[in-house]
Amino acid sequence: MDEKRATNARELTNTEYLYGHRACAGCGGSLALRLAMKVLGPRTFVAIPANCMSAVSFLYPQISFTTNAMISPFPATGAVLSGIEAGARALGLKDYNVVGFAGDGGTADIGIQALSGAIDRGDRIIYVCYDNEAYMNTGIQKSGLTPFGSRTTTSPAGRNIPGAAGRKKDMLEIVAAHGIEYAATASIGYPEDFLVKIGKAAQCGTTSYIQVLSPCATGWGFPVEQTVRMGKDAVDCGLWILAEYENDEFVLNRKPREFSSVEEYLRKQARFRHLKEKEIDFIVANRDRKWAKILKNWRN
Amino acid sequence: MRPMPGCRIFVSGDEAVAEAVRLARPHVISAYPITPQTVVVEKISEFVEDGSLQAEYLHVESEHSAMSAALGAAAVGARTFTATSSQGLLYMAELLPYVSGARFPVVMMNANRTLATPWALLSDHRDSLSQIDSGWIQVYCEDAQEALDMIIQAYRIAEDPRVMAPIMVNLDGFLLTHTYEMVDLPGQEEVDGFLPPYRTENKMALDDPKTVCYAAMDEYMEFHMKQELDMRKAPAVIAEIDREFGERFGRTYHGMVEQYRCEDADVVLVTLGTVTGTARVVVDDMRKEGHRVGLAKLRFVRPFPRQEMMEIAGRVKAMGVVDKDLSIGYEGIVFTNVNSSVCDLASPPPRINFIGGLGGRNISKQHIRSMFNQLIEMAGGESRDRIQFVNVGCEHNG
Repeated sequence: MDEKRATNARELTNTEYLYGHRACAGCGGSLALRLAMKVLGPRTFVAIPANCMSAVSFLYPQISFTTNAMISPFPATGAVLSGIEAGARALGLKDYNVVGFAGDGGTADIGIQALSGAIDRGDRIIYVCYDNEAYMNTGIQKSGLTPFGSRTTTSPAGRNIPGAAGRKKDMLEIVAAHGIEYAATASIGYPEDFLVKIGKAAQCGTTSYIQVLSPCATGWGFPVEQTVRMGKDAVDCGLWILAEYENDEFVLNRKPREFSSVEEYLRKQARFRHLKEKEIDFIVANRDRKWAKILKNWRN
Repeated sequence: MRPMPGCRIFVSGDEAVAEAVRLARPHVISAYPITPQTVVVEKISEFVEDGSLQAEYLHVESEHSAMSAALGAAAVGARTFTATSSQGLLYMAELLPYVSGARFPVVMMNANRTLATPWALLSDHRDSLSQIDSGWIQVYCEDAQEALDMIIQAYRIAEDPRVMAPIMVNLDGFLLTHTYEMVDLPGQEEVDGFLPPYRTENKMALDDPKTVCYAAMDEYMEFHMKQELDMRKAPAVIAEIDREFGERFGRTYHGMVEQYRCEDADVVLVTLGTVTGTARVVVDDMRKEGHRVGLAKLRFVRPFPRQEMMEIAGRVKAMGVVDKDLSIGYEGIVFTNVNSSVCDLASPPPRINFIGGLGGRNISKQHIRSMFNQLIEMAGGESRDRIQFVNVGCEHNG
């Protein structure tokens, strides 16, 4: 069996390439990485900047990756991946993957410049943003991908401010605007969709980008056994969109016949528990506006 | 000198560096343009385009990414080159201890230029000397020939398994980077004979996967002790490689410190970079007039040549240190380093720190003659201000 092409549960290898790490119980990020590595296989170079995943899997001498792996500087994931790829190419290496796993802050905030440069160069690298919607590693601070209304330690919810005020940067549109060859969003709540997309990214001859929603039980405040459920609910209520950007067009991958309740999704999480009705209405209105635009402009 | 199949060329310091990089055959070049380094990266781009250098040239979007890409390439065992200057060096500062801690032998050219603000384009050493604690070897060049030769030597030193440290090769901006001189250009075969392909176990490899740039909370200090112990071996390796270079190419640079007419000198001036060339002329002039003056050209600032400095200081009656930098609130950075070496002598000679050249302010032959005159007077028992500012337009108290 060609492990690199296995993109569904039945074909997926039992070999672990990320194993024995120290992540929290119910960690969505480690699940995203573990699954992606099963698709990418043993001939993979991994670079991970400062984030939960580097913190829990690189502590010498207990290294949790069985493949080649390194911690990249926080702002530099895209540039380090380019360097690995250029070095491997110049040395004549064949049949390998170069992948980065950066968090939401490492991608949309401090790492956006290096990501932009990498896409512009078109080096054959896979950039995965595992999005848990805040700086979880440092103790749940607001990032550029923290959604409106979310309570974090730097966007506390009180009488004056209802948590995070930002609207969450649209990274899929940002990377698409570079003319990237392949980009996608995914959720660990829909693992087969995610595996297929990792497989497509690996086949793509140039820079590819995948942003996978990775719920964080610790930071979001839900029971640890609910991680995958949360990843599914986010999609089903329409707040997280499964899509691809390919052949110069956006493609909607999943269109729920009827959205599940946004309020129910939000109420399950401590980070949103303070929201009042008008704030929830605002979130729903934003969702509807986004979907109207998608249904009008994207292939679906 | 042996007959060489190379040739003599008329080039600037930047072009000499680019020629040397071509001869050193790096796999990956990643660089971001900044004046006065730009000619280096333009020239290398031309070499890659015309095929005279088979390498990957990465157009990165910042100096931070330039060094990050070099890090990634070095992490798979590729030979790398980058170049920067001034603000660019400081923008990549996060990466300097990162690369040295990972023991990757990245070679970087730095065109010495001052730091903003106020903005200025011309040369002093504030950029590179602010980074002496970063775990990089730092060498300073006097002329274009030395710049070319040191790029080639730098790869041998950095990649030596006894050293395994990155090197910053410094050229004074404009004074050296943009000044044209005749330079001996070695042939490719000769350089290949001196500089074999880079081989290392310290890399990620498909047939032997490993982790690099990991975290080491409990062992951190041991890792850095190893780095320090290896850096202490560097002076002997530098001298050895310089000797071999001399045998092959007919030019040597006297290891860590070049002593010019120091044998019987009463007073010695310590210099760094291109001001050395001016000071040589002054030494020759004053020697003709009967003054026993000498020059210690400090080539390497890290590792610091403590023994050589002590040995020179032990023989003279007064010592001056020219600093084209200033650690504001104290003194010149080179002066601090020289002092910490010579203060261990039973009776160190009196010393003056001449601070000048900031932002490219000229240091003329007359200024250097004045420095020597003060040192001679101090050697005769007179006292002088410890810190002196050279060719400066505002009043100051000693």
